[in-house]
Amino acid sequence: MSDMDEMDDGSGVVKKFMFLNRKAPHGTVYALEGLEVVLITAAFDQDVSMVFTDDGVFQLMKGIDSKGIEVKDFSKTYRALEGYDIEKLYVDQASMDARGLTEDDLIVDVTVLSVDEMANLMAEQDVVISF
Amino acid sequence: MQFGILVNEGPYTHQASDSAYLFARTAIEKGHTVPRVFFYHDGVNNSTRLATPPQDDRNVAARWSKLAADHGVDLVVCVAAAQRRGINDDVLAPGFRISGLGQLVEMGIQYDRLVTFGD
Repeated sequence: MSDMDEMDDGSGVVKKFMFLNRKAPHGTVYALEGLEVVLITAAFDQDVSMVFTDDGVFQLMKGIDSKGIEVKDFSKTYRALEGYDIEKLYVDQASMDARGLTEDDLIVDVTVLSVDEMANLMAEQDVVISF
Repeated sequence: MQFGILVNEGPYTHQASDSAYLFARTAIEKGHTVPRVFFYHDGVNNSTRLATPPQDDRNVAARWSKLAADHGVDLVVCVAAAQRRGINDDVLAPGFRISGLGQLVEMGIQYDRLVTFGD
């Protein structure tokens, strides 16, 4: 992210961006490439929220080891998000329950939301991008 | 209204690029503007001029190019996603250009709506 300092659209406008992560970390490239967009958006000093729902909750699971499939393990990036001022991380309660996961299984601190709470949060956003 | 469009899937296998094109064309017909379309993930594969689909099928890249020529739509292909997939300046169809993800974020900041077409 060497070119972060150059990123400014000049308008000074700050919008609420939500990134909706719906896919497992591996199997498709969406989680990895989605994370790139999140980091760039933060570099533009926007108000960033990340939501993990459906199989997206697996992105935050402890103990991911992708050596066996010979794919880069990017899960440590989630732990570095705080350094980019990305601190609003939300997970969907029902998605966690359906997969037998609790907050203790996750590598970062998150806020667990019900479907209704998630809907309200989504309604507050200016831009929702789904990966 | 100003619409930014994000295309996340490649041509033919998925309908996303077709739907995005039809949305963009219709929005323009109805008096809205579509200043930019951003191609990400396998969406970058929409930008190659090397594709030669059968004569009786639509040419996905060519009709994006025509939309750009007719209405000044800026067709931006993500550089990082393109490099992974072998897309570079040598293979770009007319009207497409390669740039960074900042161009996507700018659409979200500057336009009234950002509409995603993907899976």
